[in-house]
Amino acid sequence: MIARSAAGHAVTSPAVLELAGVTKTYPGSPPVTALAGVDLRISPGERLAVLGPSGSGKSTLLHILGTLERPSSGAARVAGQDVADLSDAELSAVRGHRLGFVFQQFFLLDHLDAVSNVALGLLYRGGGVRERRAAAQAALERVGLGHRIRHRPSELSGGERQRVAIARAVAGQAAVVLADEPTGNLDSVTGAGIIDLLTALAQDGTAVVVITHDAEVAAAMPRRVEMRDGRIAREQP
Amino acid sequence: MIPAVRNPGASPAVPRSRLRAGDTLRTAGGSLRSRPWRAALSALGIAIGIGAGVAVLGVSASSRAALLSELGAEGNLLTVSAGQDVTGAPAPLPDAAPGMIARIPPVQTVSAVGYVPGLLVRRTAAVPALDSGGISVLAAQTSLLHTLGGQVARGVFLNAATIHFPAVVLGAVAARTLGITRIPPGTLVYLGGQYFSVVGILRPVPLAPEIDEAALVGFPVADAQLGLGGHPTEIYLRAQPDQVQAVAMVLPFTANPALPEGVQVSQPSQVLAARAQARSALTGLFLALGGVAVAVGGIGIANIMVISVLERRPEIGLRRALGATRRQVVAQFLTESALLSAMGGLGGVLLGAAATVGYAVSTGQAVVVPPGAAGGGLAVAVAVGVVAGVYPAVRAARLPPAEALRFLA
Repeated sequence: MIARSAAGHAVTSPAVLELAGVTKTYPGSPPVTALAGVDLRISPGERLAVLGPSGSGKSTLLHILGTLERPSSGAARVAGQDVADLSDAELSAVRGHRLGFVFQQFFLLDHLDAVSNVALGLLYRGGGVRERRAAAQAALERVGLGHRIRHRPSELSGGERQRVAIARAVAGQAAVVLADEPTGNLDSVTGAGIIDLLTALAQDGTAVVVITHDAEVAAAMPRRVEMRDGRIAREQP
Repeated sequence: MIPAVRNPGASPAVPRSRLRAGDTLRTAGGSLRSRPWRAALSALGIAIGIGAGVAVLGVSASSRAALLSELGAEGNLLTVSAGQDVTGAPAPLPDAAPGMIARIPPVQTVSAVGYVPGLLVRRTAAVPALDSGGISVLAAQTSLLHTLGGQVARGVFLNAATIHFPAVVLGAVAARTLGITRIPPGTLVYLGGQYFSVVGILRPVPLAPEIDEAALVGFPVADAQLGLGGHPTEIYLRAQPDQVQAVAMVLPFTANPALPEGVQVSQPSQVLAARAQARSALTGLFLALGGVAVAVGGIGIANIMVISVLERRPEIGLRRALGATRRQVVAQFLTESALLSAMGGLGGVLLGAAATVGYAVSTGQAVVVPPGAAGGGLAVAVAVGVVAGVYPAVRAARLPPAEALRFLA
C-alpha cells in the first residue's frame, strides 16, 4: 500500500512490526549466528507464515519480532519505534499492550481455569478484575470455548488448550499475534482448525505471524517467508 | 530536505505495564495454593519458631500476671522492721510505732507483729527440743491477714476474743512441719511451757514468707504469758499505690523518731518482681532458640523459592511475554515468599497461643497472650519471608524472557 502525503512524498503505510538488517549472534565458542541480516515488514491485518527447517532461525526471528530479545545489530521497530530506544520496562509494556503470543506448548497455568488463564493476558495492563474477566470471557466465546470457561487446562483437549492460548493472545486486541509452531503439538485436523481460527483473527485488523516447519500450515497463509541459515531464502508472493 | 516522516498515527504511546497490589497478592496466593503441601511444609519451620517464641512469651506473661495478682498488682505493701543502731545494738521499734504510722495520710492499713524470742513450738511436750523445726512465735494483730492479703486455709484467724487466750494460728510451712493438716477441735501445740489451741492454718503468703514459718498468737496473750512486753518487731502497711515511695521516705522518722537509722524499710513486692525478672532469663534463652528456628525456616523458604523459580521458568517467560516487567516479577516472588512465611507466622502464633492456654489452664493461671508477641511474631515472619525471597525473586527477574520460554513446562 502506498499513500501520498500532501507534499507528494511517498509514504508507506505504517508497519506494525519491521526488521531492518537484523542479525542475532549468540556468544559461545564458536558463536552461533541465528539471524544473518533479515529485513521484514508486517502490515496491519497481514497474515504471514514463516517457514523453515529447525535451526533456520525461525524461533529467534519470532523472539525478536516479539521484543523478547534484542537484535545484535540492525533495527527492530514496533509501530515505528526502534526497540533499541526502549527500556526493558517499556518493552514489557509494548508486549502487554500491542503483542499477543501463542506457543507450541500452550503455556497455560494449570492451577487456573480457562477464563483466568485468558484474563492473565490483560493482567499487566492494570485494569480491574471484573473488566479483565469480562474481556476474557468474550475472547473465549470468540474462539468457540464459551462453554468451557470454568475448565482447567487438564480438563481440556490439546486443541481446546491452544484455543484458550489464542483467546489469551487476542483478549487485549493486540496489533500482532505471534504464534510459534501453534499446531506442533496437535493432530492435523485440530491444527487446521487452529490455523483457521488464527486467520479469522486477521479479519479484524490483527496481524498474524505463524512460525512453522509444516508446509501445509504455511500454505494456508497468503504470504509466506522461507528461512534458511538465518536468512530469508524465499518470499511468496 | 525531506522531513523524516515517522509513522504517522502508528505509534501511539504505549502506557506502562501496571500490576495492582491486589493482583500481586492474588497471583502469589494462587501460586501457593497450587502446591498446598509444599507451601505447608516450607512454612512449618517458621511456624515452629514463631510458635516457640509466642509460647515462651505467653507462658511468662501468664506467670507474671499470676504473680502480680498475688502481689495485689499495685505492690503497695511496705514492711518496717527493727534494725540496729550505729553501735550494732538492737534498736527495737517503739510501742507507739504502729499508731504513728497509721497516722501518715496515704497509709491504708497497718499491722504489727512482735517476735517472741527464745520460744520453741512443738507438737507435744514429749518432742525433744532439738526437733522443733525452727518455727518462730510471732505476736500478731487481727488486722494482719487483711494487710498482707493472706488467706486462711483451715479454721479462722485470730480475732478480738482469741488474742486474749492461748490460741495459735499456724503459717503454711509451720503447719506442715508440725504435721498438722486439719484442725479437729482439741488440736494443740506446745509452746512457751504450755499448750495452745490451734484455731487456724494459713495459706502461703508470698509477700511475707516469714509468716509461713511462724506460729501466730495474740499480742495480749504474748505480753501476759510469753513475756513479749508489747514491742513490735515488724510492721506491715499498705499505702496508696501512687504514694508508696513518699511513704517509704518518711517511715523511719515516723516509726522511731529517736533513732530513724535503726529502722529498716523494704518493699517485698519489689523483691518478688526481681525474682520474676531472674526467672525470665530463661525466657531469653527460649526466645533465642525460637529465633534460630525462624532463621532455619527462612533458609528453607529461600530454598523452596529457588527451586520454584527454576521449575517455573516457562511461567516467568510467559508473564514477561504478557507484559510483566522485571519489577513485577520481583514483586510476585517476594510476595509469594512473604505470604508463605506469614502463613507460617500465623500458624506459629496460633500454636504458641494454644500452648500458652494449655500451660495456663494446667497450672490454674490466667491466660495472657501478649498482643505484642503475636503481632511481633507475624511481623518477624513477614520480614523473614521478604529477606528469604530477595535472591530467588531477583533471579527470576533476571531471566531473559526468550531464554525462560525455551524451557518446556
